[in-house]
Amino acid sequence: MSTLELSAPVETRELTFGQAIYEALAEEMRRDERVVVLGEDVAEAGTVFKVLSGLVDEFGTKRVIDTPISEPGFTGIGVGAAMTGLRPVIDIMFGDFLTLVMDQLVNQAAKTHYMSGGKLKVPMVLRTTLGATRRSAAQHSQSLQALVSHIPGLKVVLPSTPYDAKGLLKTAIRDDNPVVFMEDKMNYQQKGHVPAEEYILPFGVADIKRAGNDVTVVATSSMVTVALAAANLLAADGISAEIIDPRTTVPLDSATLISSAKKTGRAVVIDEGHRSYGVTAEIAATIAEHAFYYLDAPVLRFGAMDVPIPFSPVLEDLTVPTPEQVAAGVRKLCSGN
Amino acid sequence: MTTKEGITNEQANENRGQSGGERWLHMYRQMRRIRWFEQNANELYLSAKMPGLTHLSVGQEAVAVGVCEALQPTDYITSTHRGHGHCLAKGAKLDLMFAELLGKAPGYCRGKGGSMHIADQEHGNLGANAIVGAGAAIATGAAFSAKMLGNQRVAVCFVGEGALGQGLLYEVMNMAALWRLPVLYLCENNFYNEYTHFTQTTAGEILARPAAFGIPAKEVDGQDVKAVFGQASQFVDRLRNGDGPAFLLCHTYRVHGHHVGDINRTYYRSKEEEQEWKAKRDPLQIHRDWLLQEQYTNEEELAAMDREIQAEAEAAVQFALSAPYPDLTEVDQHVYA
Repeated sequence: MSTLELSAPVETRELTFGQAIYEALAEEMRRDERVVVLGEDVAEAGTVFKVLSGLVDEFGTKRVIDTPISEPGFTGIGVGAAMTGLRPVIDIMFGDFLTLVMDQLVNQAAKTHYMSGGKLKVPMVLRTTLGATRRSAAQHSQSLQALVSHIPGLKVVLPSTPYDAKGLLKTAIRDDNPVVFMEDKMNYQQKGHVPAEEYILPFGVADIKRAGNDVTVVATSSMVTVALAAANLLAADGISAEIIDPRTTVPLDSATLISSAKKTGRAVVIDEGHRSYGVTAEIAATIAEHAFYYLDAPVLRFGAMDVPIPFSPVLEDLTVPTPEQVAAGVRKLCSGN
Repeated sequence: MTTKEGITNEQANENRGQSGGERWLHMYRQMRRIRWFEQNANELYLSAKMPGLTHLSVGQEAVAVGVCEALQPTDYITSTHRGHGHCLAKGAKLDLMFAELLGKAPGYCRGKGGSMHIADQEHGNLGANAIVGAGAAIATGAAFSAKMLGNQRVAVCFVGEGALGQGLLYEVMNMAALWRLPVLYLCENNFYNEYTHFTQTTAGEILARPAAFGIPAKEVDGQDVKAVFGQASQFVDRLRNGDGPAFLLCHTYRVHGHHVGDINRTYYRSKEEEQEWKAKRDPLQIHRDWLLQEQYTNEEELAAMDREIQAEAEAAVQFALSAPYPDLTEVDQHVYA
């Protein structure tokens, strides 16, 4: 099966992001009986976000397994199961809980293939969430993709549309490596066109969400929507922004980012993780290293403010980049001031 | 001959298709091979031929051998930083083990793992682990796979008493009990969490911990290979019958320091204590005396066996010393499968 291009004339339906995730899982579970889902409230409850509602009806409680509230335990069981013939999909309700499974991801899953000299494999997917603005306070609002992107041996997926989510999750489940798949929880109800026909999407291939000539805006996950809104504001000012979604931070399609930055001569990077030492820093450095002589201005970055995400709505809203902030930054970049 | 737990050794042997004499002699041979391996590893360290450090299991051989002899080649184990004995008892070869300790290309992990990470998939060894207790989740995951795939395999998780301090162990024991997984938690109490006596770190009764999850738990003299084998065999039969997990506590002693560089130990234990265990509780001596007493063998045959094993060990060391280091291009191989 080949990758379908959205531009190809295929029959599509409108699905929400959550429905696209569900379809990917259900299709892969039908296709491969080694795929099992483990997590808190994944079966009858269908997860707290209701993304998996109905999955247990088709596949039963032997393959859609409610676990105790023991993230390190069931993630570690997933690692061992992946090493011995299953393809577990681990559900970690909030990305903030990645901190609880760092040993299982960082010291175990990520290193097993390398440390064993290539003998053992860990074909496991860890699905989790990211994103603020749900008024959920500091322990349910983080976007910790930088933590996992830092670790060799892990792959990291950050889909921004239903189409990408479905195609990339199917690829993640078929991958022989540990994959961290991060879903923007504010995005579950977002709708988009998804082909009726089965398809997969490759890792390490960025998608140009909007073509443009004046500035390259690299945006991930939740920030793609912000970037697209900023592009609309900029279009009114006659500035044409090219929006690029890397879709996977590991592997990173640096070639597409670099070539766009060379074309436009200006680059902005937006990711909802904290700005310091984050995904934006890595992408900005990649562009600076490879497109420096083509740039008319320094690379600009937007990320979550370097504070724990506060509860109070008036404070929380200050911490996440907005289209207006991005547009203002780009205008400044383009004016040369 | 009856072990303290009641199973007759002849019964245990019949289950495993070998006559008593052959079985008991084979166990002595395996313990002797481990002892030679560890002594040579220590010498490689002292003569500065081995990079880094290693953790020796001298004094604990009866646990590794008694348990692994109760298993089939396709059964799984996970091991610890003090894992040479487990690996050898499960079928690993001396030469490839030494090569791994020296970071050489023919080593079990192509020199990428070293002493603390030996994995030998061919013999069901899912890897030694340098994070205390982490193997518990991996072994439980392997048992999860075995149950799911219905392949009749079982998993043994070797942990030291130090792992009793890790919450992960209790998370996975809980799930193993809930889901009736075929996993044996094998706790080697060698008295010392690194440099601290276990009574300073372990509240209550050890066996009360598995009992809290409804997991059957027994303790045996870990210096008596027959006792270990007898009880391990009973538990392995239980696992294979689908009756759920078990916990076996083996009382043993770490004759050497925490690692090969831990020479001055009087601040945490007395020389008299060490001497007492070496003189009176050495598992090889105990089994040797019994073999002679029961006339399963004679001094001449044992001396010939010793010479044979010594020659094997020396050849294995020479093999490792003369083996090539990995090609430098291997440094970034096996990061991803």
